[in-house]
Amino acid sequence: MLLFVAQRVLQAIAVMLVVSLLVFVGVYAIGNPVDVMIGPDATQQMRDQLIERYGFDRPLYEQYFSFLWRLLHGDLGTSLVFNMPVLQLMSSRLPATLELTLAAVIGATVIGVPLGIYAGYRPESPLSRLIMSLSILGFSVPTFWIGLVLIFIFAVSLGWLPAGGRGDTVDIFGSQWSFLTLSGLQHLLLPALNLSLFKMALMIRLARAGTREAMLSDTVKYARGLGQSEWTVLRHHVFWLISIPLVTVFGLELGTTLAFAVVTETIFSWPGLGKLIIDSIFMLDRPVMIAYLVVVAFVFVTINLVIDIVYVALDPRLRKASS
Amino acid sequence: MNEALLEVRDLATHFFTRNGVIKPVDGVSFRVRRGEVLGLVGESGSGKSVTGFSLLGLIDPPGRIVSGSIRFEGRELVGMKPRELASIRGKRIAMVFQDPTMTLNPLLTVADQMRLALLAHERLSSRAIRDRSVEVLQIVGIPDAANRLGSYPHQFSGGMRQRVSLAIALLHRPPLIVADEPTTALDVSVQAQILSEVKQLVTNLGTSLIWISHDLATVSALADNIAVMYAGRIVESGPTRKVLANPLHPYTNGLLASLPARASRGLPLPFIPGTTPSLLDLPQGCRFAPRCRHADGICATMPELIPHGERAFRCHHPNLEPAA
Amino acid sequence: MTSRASILALRSFWDEFRENWIAVGALVVVLLIVLAALAAPLITPQDPYDLANLSLMDARRPPGYVGFGGYVHVLGTDAQGRDLYSAILYGLRISLQISLTAGVIALALGAVLGAGAAFVGGRVEAIIMRIVDLQLSFPAVLIALVLAATIGQGRTGLVFALVAAQYAYFARTAHGAASAERGKEYVEAALSIPLPSRTVVLRHILPNCMSPLIVVATIQIASAISLEATLSFLGLGLPPTEPSLGMLISEGFQYMLSGRYWISMYPGIALVILIVAVNLVGDQLRDQLNPRLKR
Repeated sequence: MLLFVAQRVLQAIAVMLVVSLLVFVGVYAIGNPVDVMIGPDATQQMRDQLIERYGFDRPLYEQYFSFLWRLLHGDLGTSLVFNMPVLQLMSSRLPATLELTLAAVIGATVIGVPLGIYAGYRPESPLSRLIMSLSILGFSVPTFWIGLVLIFIFAVSLGWLPAGGRGDTVDIFGSQWSFLTLSGLQHLLLPALNLSLFKMALMIRLARAGTREAMLSDTVKYARGLGQSEWTVLRHHVFWLISIPLVTVFGLELGTTLAFAVVTETIFSWPGLGKLIIDSIFMLDRPVMIAYLVVVAFVFVTINLVIDIVYVALDPRLRKASS
Repeated sequence: MNEALLEVRDLATHFFTRNGVIKPVDGVSFRVRRGEVLGLVGESGSGKSVTGFSLLGLIDPPGRIVSGSIRFEGRELVGMKPRELASIRGKRIAMVFQDPTMTLNPLLTVADQMRLALLAHERLSSRAIRDRSVEVLQIVGIPDAANRLGSYPHQFSGGMRQRVSLAIALLHRPPLIVADEPTTALDVSVQAQILSEVKQLVTNLGTSLIWISHDLATVSALADNIAVMYAGRIVESGPTRKVLANPLHPYTNGLLASLPARASRGLPLPFIPGTTPSLLDLPQGCRFAPRCRHADGICATMPELIPHGERAFRCHHPNLEPAA
Repeated sequence: MTSRASILALRSFWDEFRENWIAVGALVVVLLIVLAALAAPLITPQDPYDLANLSLMDARRPPGYVGFGGYVHVLGTDAQGRDLYSAILYGLRISLQISLTAGVIALALGAVLGAGAAFVGGRVEAIIMRIVDLQLSFPAVLIALVLAATIGQGRTGLVFALVAAQYAYFARTAHGAASAERGKEYVEAALSIPLPSRTVVLRHILPNCMSPLIVVATIQIASAISLEATLSFLGLGLPPTEPSLGMLISEGFQYMLSGRYWISMYPGIALVILIVAVNLVGDQLRDQLNPRLKR
């Protein structure tokens, strides 16, 4: 098992290296790194200083190593727009995005999986049919449009919830978190709901399909044959049987959720990483864009690694194969 | 007088599908007494497994028991409420399935599965659960039982897995066990081993057993009585020795003759020509008639199950002369 | 398969499809939308691309307003004075054009890559599939986003971004199906005639992979429509002079807060109807083509 983890970690590192190489080639070899670091209105003197400092006149492989070195030391460049180190800029926005994404993901799973299990357990009931119809809407309708509709209904027409922005925050260990305040929660509700719907629809469909299959399986028949109650069957057998495919898709779609956070943050003016990247794209804040690429790649590689490990932990049959 | 533990009368289980009604069990009657082993024999498609599942009410839609009676320990199982039925399953009647790889939950340890099986019917302390689990594993002959409790099903060999299934069936010491082709998926050598162990077990514990199989040879080694099924009905039944020595129904005769053990060297292996009828489209009269050498006009009508001493047969042309 | 056999197979396929009236309804909707989109220049009173037609006097008018051109703006007008009904139809046209183009290219590219890799085998196969797997571990949205942002606005860039985001799904599916086929005997037989490898792959292996590929295609087309709209909404897709649905919605967003909901709402509804209809048809196709669900 340990060997498996070590193997996967090494693979992850290899992937990160490849990504860093791709980014490097794209920016430094093909593009003009000087343009990336300074705005177009910089003087020639400033440019020369930059070239000197970062060694842009050095051979490419040397540049790559210094690039890697900078990355590993957390130097992701300086934002042209905000005039602060990108790392600092991103860290200040991170809590907002984390709040939003976690709330969405947890909501999607906690609501979606039980609904899906019910729909799979009693597929013919009217409630199940309703759930399934709504789930089609959930993953068909583009996230941004659902967001608009939510704002229109709850903010504009009914006036119950705010249309955007983040609520009051509380300082925990130096970063700002808003889920502990009432206004924070009020501001969090709509965007989190918006972001969660896609994943929730997927979880519902998956849980339903898995439950239907499991209910017809020999394992469940056998358990019933032993006199186990329907509740026991659902809780101890069906739930664990569907957990593996659920975790797989959960992991795969975690990335998609993070990606769609970009859209949700834009609509709700939620001051997180997603909004940062969109703003940066339009303001041509290139250092932020590049840093974002690298960070995002890192996040996804880590997510995949964790999912792989969880997978093996869940299915005892895989442990035998991996040891 | 040993009264019947289980009495099945005219059981019929039908499946209502898009393509028509399938009748795997269509008028089955038999009885099992305490401590007795009944062998239910038939080819695939004869309806024997569905009979087994019907006893426990484990028929999923689109199937259901349409008529007949199953009396067990004086209670009528057909039409019983699901809750009551659940209290009988596992506790008074236990089932051993054909393929333990599919039936034992691969994600749970043996200990967990036994715990779930025990707690379904009794409130027990963890200690008691553990003790009873170890006990049944020892009964079925699993070495180092206490340690193997924490193993997962895939960590056992095929034969061992089936023993685990048997152990789980014994947890509540049920008076009746229904075993559906329990050794079919195993190696021949392991089969023989398990067979003899089961025989001993049954004698020691006094459990009644219904052993469902297509293999006449294994059944003959184990069963006190035999019931032969064909196309959803019992065509012959009686004490094993008598049925095998002197089969009354042409089908039973054919089955016996086609056993490799009985074949003479150098001669082609006898077989019954034709195939089992599709359960969607059954002939009106005797269902074996299309394949039967002795069939004639009268066979267009359905023969009744006629008692004949301890035996019974369903045929217009039974072989009533005693064997030479 | 002989042509007669194919006709019979198609007919029984259609018969089964017909049983699900929801899917049939969805198919009708899709066909109507496609027709409307194709006929857009004929059935709309205004060409939303023609700036000469637009008058700012007409901007942001509610449904029913009679505008500069003398006709009724059935669904109102947008911020530039475009007739919303016309803009929506043209927008649907663009959505369909781009997602279908991207879908077909992605399918072709992915299928050739995946089936080819399975056929060639060895290290080439390993390398190609590694890259595909790597890409699959990143969400398509993000890839499309990054590429669209880098390349900038415009049709080709958008199609490129969409293809790059989606080909991996096709490649993976094709690889799986082709690997299974490659082991089968008819391939050995064809190769030993000897037929050139290229022919074997194109004429024998690929057709047998079509079924799972169609399943993936239905998912991907709906996804492409949604992706294109999302990118346009964020401003990364088509330029503002070519109003795609996403862009119309994004423009109308700011007016929604002041009650002028129609600018965003109607394009949005049109988009949702299109995507849901495609998904419903896709669902039914999927159920029918999935061998595991055959009773």
